[in-house]
Amino acid sequence: MDFLNALVAILNFVVIPAAAYGAQLALGALGVTLIYGILRFSNFAHGDTMAFGTGLVILVTWGLQALGISLGPLPVALLALPIGIVLCSVFVLGTDRVVYRFYRKKKSEPIIMVMASVGVMFVMNGLTRLLIGVDEIRFDDGARFLISVQDFKAWTGLTEGLALRLSQALTLVVTALCCWALFRFLNKSRSGKAMRAYADNEDLALLSGIDPERIVRLTWIIATALAVTAGTLYGLDKSFKAFNYFQILLPIFAAAIVGGLGSPLGAVAGGFIVAFSEVAVTYPWKKIATYLGFQPEGLLQLLSTEYKFAVSFVILIVVLLFRPTGLFRGKAY
Amino acid sequence: MSNTRQADASSRWHAPVVFLLIAALFVLEGTTSNALFSGSWNSALAILNMGLISAVMALGVNMQWGYAGLFNAGVVGFLALGALGPVLVSTAPVEGAWAAGGPRVLLALAVGLGTLALATQIWKRVKAPLNLIAMPLVLLLGFVLYRAVFDPAVVAIEANNAASAGNIGGLGWPVLLSWPVGALFAAAAAWGVGKVALGLRSDYLAIATLGIGEIIVAVLRNEEWLARGVKNMSGIPRPVPYELDLQNDPGFVAKAAEWGMDPSTASAIWVKLLYAGLFGAVLLGLILLAELALKSPWGRMMRAIRDNETAASAMGKNIKGRHLQIFVIGSAVIGLAGAMMVTLDGLLSPGGFNPLRYTFLVWVMVIVGGSGNNWGAVLGAVLIWFLWIKAEVWGPELMNLITAPLPDGAFRDHLLASAPHMRFVAMGLTLLLVLRFAPRGLVPEK
Repeated sequence: MDFLNALVAILNFVVIPAAAYGAQLALGALGVTLIYGILRFSNFAHGDTMAFGTGLVILVTWGLQALGISLGPLPVALLALPIGIVLCSVFVLGTDRVVYRFYRKKKSEPIIMVMASVGVMFVMNGLTRLLIGVDEIRFDDGARFLISVQDFKAWTGLTEGLALRLSQALTLVVTALCCWALFRFLNKSRSGKAMRAYADNEDLALLSGIDPERIVRLTWIIATALAVTAGTLYGLDKSFKAFNYFQILLPIFAAAIVGGLGSPLGAVAGGFIVAFSEVAVTYPWKKIATYLGFQPEGLLQLLSTEYKFAVSFVILIVVLLFRPTGLFRGKAY
Repeated sequence: MSNTRQADASSRWHAPVVFLLIAALFVLEGTTSNALFSGSWNSALAILNMGLISAVMALGVNMQWGYAGLFNAGVVGFLALGALGPVLVSTAPVEGAWAAGGPRVLLALAVGLGTLALATQIWKRVKAPLNLIAMPLVLLLGFVLYRAVFDPAVVAIEANNAASAGNIGGLGWPVLLSWPVGALFAAAAAWGVGKVALGLRSDYLAIATLGIGEIIVAVLRNEEWLARGVKNMSGIPRPVPYELDLQNDPGFVAKAAEWGMDPSTASAIWVKLLYAGLFGAVLLGLILLAELALKSPWGRMMRAIRDNETAASAMGKNIKGRHLQIFVIGSAVIGLAGAMMVTLDGLLSPGGFNPLRYTFLVWVMVIVGGSGNNWGAVLGAVLIWFLWIKAEVWGPELMNLITAPLPDGAFRDHLLASAPHMRFVAMGLTLLLVLRFAPRGLVPEK
């Protein structure tokens, strides 16, 4: 019985939160890695794209709620998400047209593109603040729990409860759908193959008649769609605060590098690796050790939660030291 | 980078013109009182002092970016480490803190560093299959030992007079001595990061420094034994007299009356002038050193590496070594700026270390001023700092003007309330415009 309790506690406090967080990171890292593969620079504006897009989704959600629309148990934000993606994509395509295209034509060094993305980051950060402010916003409606602690305890008779929030389940389902659609697109469709060809070898792709500008536009749209989805799911799961999306940039970069920059599969794996390490290292394991018959003195917490960014950083350093190309052999040099 | 640094005709009038523009702005701020300027020398000097410190930061970033093309996205972290210098060296010692856990904390840090060194040696010396087991084992044991020594020491220090102290306290040395110490802290961290992230793709350094910046700020916020965390650390001594002492000094009051000023304004301005002189001297010294270095064979080598790494490498230059060198030096200068900043504030407030403000704004300063040119970075820093501060006033004024035709209501109120955020947009646009249309900045590199 105690063993079952320990198992449920691990599920409740480690596996479920880490899986949801990992899925959000994976979606973000997919965007970073796609932009890296096609446009060949690390996009520092990605976190603020997430924030800006989520801000738009929240505004649309409020609009829909004011019209009296409801999705029953599901959050209305899900309905607002496609509209948010379209609006945000239009903006991001605008930034590409006004900012990045110039440097692409000139074949500037990647670091100049990174610098330009810092400028875009500033602008998007300011616009997000203008749009929706800097305060914490909760915009989830509908049901909160799929499984609540009381129900779970009543069903199983265990002392340890298990809760599965709707936002967490939703995150996992939506991420699975997004990944399935993305990989199917990249592997099966003509445009997806063209994107991969362009990422592999620009000159050869040009020779075979692939339109580079179309590929670039497609990349921005897909990356933005993934970023806004990730941002909205993160906002539904935790809450929306513009600054948090800047801070999530580091775990996202770490995830993309761990998997290998430019490798979509790597980005997904990297997201989960970073999330599970972060949660496992910052979780106090005392409760579980007690169930398993140990009597620990301390909390058995390796690092306090304030240092969760240190975990992403250490993973990043380890990968840079021992395997700079990442687990799935991206492009490191 | 090569394609942004083509040497087109550069006028030698750029720097003086920008300098005059900045001087004019400060004189306007000091003398005219209207919607745009405050008309107070006190406020003009306050902006100038922080502008001079920003100029030191910009010099450091310019060394890394302008001389070597390295993107440091963790300026805020190195700044915060520098700020730790005055706290640990110059604040008054806390009674009983050292006895409570000082030696144990040092021992713990030694254990931590020793573990890392031992792990590195094992990885290098021990043969392949064995080191895969030995190194993680050493790291794990080292971590457990470190926590076993460290945690009780921290609890003991924080329990010591928790309400008003709870930190390890300083040495009580003169504050000017602590500035190089702050620089040293930042340099040490930069050496560690640079050792790992240099020599790989240029973006990797940016991402790694972004991480170290976040972590250093998190450490300052949470390690209360070190600098009281978010409770803020006040009582950092000053290198200049206090306003109150001046006001009580009959000689100073008489002097002020001679100038026709009341003692409180005169003392505030005098203190700020002293700071400005101090910071200006440091800044000029740094510029002198930087210019000499840039003109020396070493400086030519750095620029050669920046402009064509492959060629420089073929000539037998150690690219990674040189990059590490300049990265450490630049970070030390940023650390020095951090130490100067807390000395000016008299307060270390880790809650205020915001990467947008302290990392990316400094970048805007360097890019706008002219990367690769020390004078450009310095002038850009003072100019951008002035505009950043004044934009907080100008933004709402401008928004008021723009929204005047709109009817009063929720929409107009929202726009007016969010006007201060406009300066982020303005800074981003400035960066993008300069990067695109004048990539060599206001004062281009010769």
